[in-house]
Amino acid sequence: MGWSRNLETYFGKVRMVAPSLKLQDLIEEIRGAKTQAQEREVIQKECAHIRASFRDGDPVHRHRQLAKLLYVHMLGYPAHFGQMECLKLIASSRFTDKRVGYLGAMLLLDERHDAHLLITNSIKNDLSQGIQPVQGLALCTLSTMGSAEMCRDLAPEVEKLLLQPSPYVRKKAILTAVHMIRKVPELSSVFLPPCVHLLHERHHGILLGTITLITELCERSPAALRHFRKVVPQLVQILRTLVTTGYSTEHSISGVSDPFLQVQILRLLRILGRNHEESSETMNDLLAQVATNTDTSRNAGNAVLFETVLTIMDIRSAAGLRVLAVNILGRFLLNSDRNIRYVALTSLLRLVQSDHSAVQRHRPTVVDCLQETDASLSRRALELSLALVNSSNVRAMMQELQAFLESCPPDLRADCASGILLAAERFAPTKRWHIDTILHVLTTAGTHVRDDAVANLTQLIGGAQELHAYSVRRLYNALAEDISQQPLVQVAAWCIGEYGDLLLEGNCEEIEPLQVDEEEVLALLEKVLQSHMSLPATRGYALTALMKLSTRLQGDNNRIRQVVSIYKSCLDVELQQRAVEYDTLFRKYDHMRAAILEKMPLVERDGPQADEEAKESKAAAQLSEAVPAPTEPQASQLLDLLDLLDGASGDAQHPPPLDPSPGGALVYLLDLPCAPPPPAPIPDLKVFEREGVQLNLSFIRPPENPALLLITATATNSSEGDVTDFICQAAVPKSLQLQMQAPSGNTVPARGGLPITQLFRILNPNKAPVRLKLRLTYNHFHQSVQEIFEVNNLPVESWQ
Amino acid sequence: MIKFFLMVNKQGQTRLSKYYEHVDINKRTLLETEVVKSCLSRSNEQCSFIEYKDFKLIYRQYAALFIVVGVNDTENEMAIYEFIHNFVEVLDEYFSRVSELDVSFFNTVFHGTWQAHSSPYQIMFNLDKVHIILDEMVLNGCIVETNRARILAPLLILDKMSES
Repeated sequence: MGWSRNLETYFGKVRMVAPSLKLQDLIEEIRGAKTQAQEREVIQKECAHIRASFRDGDPVHRHRQLAKLLYVHMLGYPAHFGQMECLKLIASSRFTDKRVGYLGAMLLLDERHDAHLLITNSIKNDLSQGIQPVQGLALCTLSTMGSAEMCRDLAPEVEKLLLQPSPYVRKKAILTAVHMIRKVPELSSVFLPPCVHLLHERHHGILLGTITLITELCERSPAALRHFRKVVPQLVQILRTLVTTGYSTEHSISGVSDPFLQVQILRLLRILGRNHEESSETMNDLLAQVATNTDTSRNAGNAVLFETVLTIMDIRSAAGLRVLAVNILGRFLLNSDRNIRYVALTSLLRLVQSDHSAVQRHRPTVVDCLQETDASLSRRALELSLALVNSSNVRAMMQELQAFLESCPPDLRADCASGILLAAERFAPTKRWHIDTILHVLTTAGTHVRDDAVANLTQLIGGAQELHAYSVRRLYNALAEDISQQPLVQVAAWCIGEYGDLLLEGNCEEIEPLQVDEEEVLALLEKVLQSHMSLPATRGYALTALMKLSTRLQGDNNRIRQVVSIYKSCLDVELQQRAVEYDTLFRKYDHMRAAILEKMPLVERDGPQADEEAKESKAAAQLSEAVPAPTEPQASQLLDLLDLLDGASGDAQHPPPLDPSPGGALVYLLDLPCAPPPPAPIPDLKVFEREGVQLNLSFIRPPENPALLLITATATNSSEGDVTDFICQAAVPKSLQLQMQAPSGNTVPARGGLPITQLFRILNPNKAPVRLKLRLTYNHFHQSVQEIFEVNNLPVESWQ
Repeated sequence: MIKFFLMVNKQGQTRLSKYYEHVDINKRTLLETEVVKSCLSRSNEQCSFIEYKDFKLIYRQYAALFIVVGVNDTENEMAIYEFIHNFVEVLDEYFSRVSELDVSFFNTVFHGTWQAHSSPYQIMFNLDKVHIILDEMVLNGCIVETNRARILAPLLILDKMSES
């Protein structure tokens, strides 16, 4: 309690002891309390005293009591019973009373309590008649807790005070006006006229307040904004004076004259110059001057410079000025003060979209900032680095980013990994580099990548035919070292399954030759299957890979058969289903195994193409795994295959009919997006007909690949006898390349039973006319039929 | 706009708190503890600006005392950083004038040595004066005066008045 106490008391001389504790003593007591409970006791006791004293209405010591109450309030204890006392103290004539009263009002009263309106009258009196300090107090309180009604009532008083000669009161009045405008926007009209006049003042406090007021007005109303545009020259003048005046002891802080005022002016200029050519032009020179002349050795100068940079970026400034701003930010990045680096990184992030080339120049510095120890700084550096990657610097940047990925804190890993993958996708110079990058990311931070990374990588590898051997080797090596990173394991398992033969061949120019044993490969896949680190999806991949290897490897398949039959009783339903199907494949349908487990065709990421393949290769379990649930289509497809075969031998199962039109019936089977029909479909062609057995050709030309022609040959049987052992072979002229896929079956039941389809892929890069020579052999009506014929009348659209 | 101004010691006890936007009393303690926790957990290596909910916190440590200012998005962080130091300098000037004690809080700050006993006492026992100084410098969240002489003038008049 220091108001009327003098220094002698502080030194402990005897003085009339008041009946209640002095604030000083109360504080001592509270500090002396060892526990929270003790503290509460002391405070409660004191509060009881205070309450009693308020009830008694002792005017002399009221301020002391209230002061103690405020202290207690600051510590977090309830103090609402002091509110009325505040009013009484404000109304008293002693300055010390008023001081505590106003402080109490600021701390204890606010709009939600009805009591606050009661002080309006006191404030009004004080504002109009009080001495300056009192007016100051009143303004301070009003600006902190004044409600809308109070503001409306007291606006005229405040306005009068704006024009008073004394700067002490004026500066406070101005800022009170700011508060009033925030509460009651209509008052802007009252406070707008004096502003221009106030700008002519020299007193910094007034200027600071005025600028704040103008800023507030402009932010609230576009009309005010237009009105104040005309003071831009004046503001420029003020700022120029500030900057060029040498050393003014009054306001300079570490060599910069009144940085706070400079910052405020710059902010206002920013608001005024935004989207306005004329004002921006007026400011250009000044901004350049401020930017170059400010002393940057201390924080104050840097603060001003930062604000200048923000302003330059926001207004319509000249290009040279913008480059200057970016360079300033670049210089900030090299500063040893972390705060400045933080600020620079944040601003550069905002700028990178609009001034990309300018920011690029500072790329090395940004990359260095990745090594920051502060998490918020390194996060910003990461975002900025990712934004700066482009096709020319992608290799270098990726190296840096990958190094960062290895050492970065865990919460940044996911962002870093996905950022690297995205950037690699957009700017990869070669496929091999792309595969390498993704591999590296998967090995370093495999658990943090997004789910579609697996799909992307398999698609990428599948598409890069020349890199199959290379990829499978690298993946095998990676898998051998570590089977815990699930995405990596999934991709590796898939690859090994698909290209196992290349793995075992042993020679590949790009890596050292590695002799891999069949047994090693199988052992590795089994390890993946059995490891409890593997997710169920991963296990599915591994099991399928094992099956595929049964056709790729030379040795006998006993080991594989064993593993498969073990999993027939696995608890995981998915795995069990697969194992059962694969086992059946081994036992009953061994002759089909090779065809079913052939290499997958190229998987397209978008819907349409995948649909094509899917429809054509219904018999073979070669489906796009790029679509969700990669295991689903395969399993269900296989199931349907078995159904089909069972159906051929008379089972009542009814598999969905094959529809030669694109995107047809298989949609619901596979949940693939329905493919839009290709433009101008080419008409079908009937090429053969004999005793009710027909062969139709339908054509698809995928738009992405004009040299490719997909022909589906459909054999139908409308006769009374079944067609069995149906085999179709085709030949094309030398200028074309033909690839035939396995037929859906070799039996067409009688009376419109399920037709056989077979897909031909013809590559026709020279756009030569397509001709086909077909050879059919089948059994019909217990006779063996062989037909050879040429098809020359293919529609023109199929090859042009 | 400055939203709040806090002085907290390392144990988390608030020595000064000023809110320029109304915050409920029970929320205040929560806010203060959270703010202090985030400031205390930062090492010397990290920068002085923290993002906390929708405020930006700017803090400076002076030996055992943290001064934390919460601002909204529009403020220039570095200017506020400078302002905190300005405030501390004002306090230093005031308290070294009034008190004839040999240990003075703010001189020790400047010279880097720390006398553990004097400083929190100075502020605590003269909390009202510190409030007055702060009110002279910041009005409703906006900086109004940064010149030391002008800030301290009314306070010195006040002291003279109360002595007489």
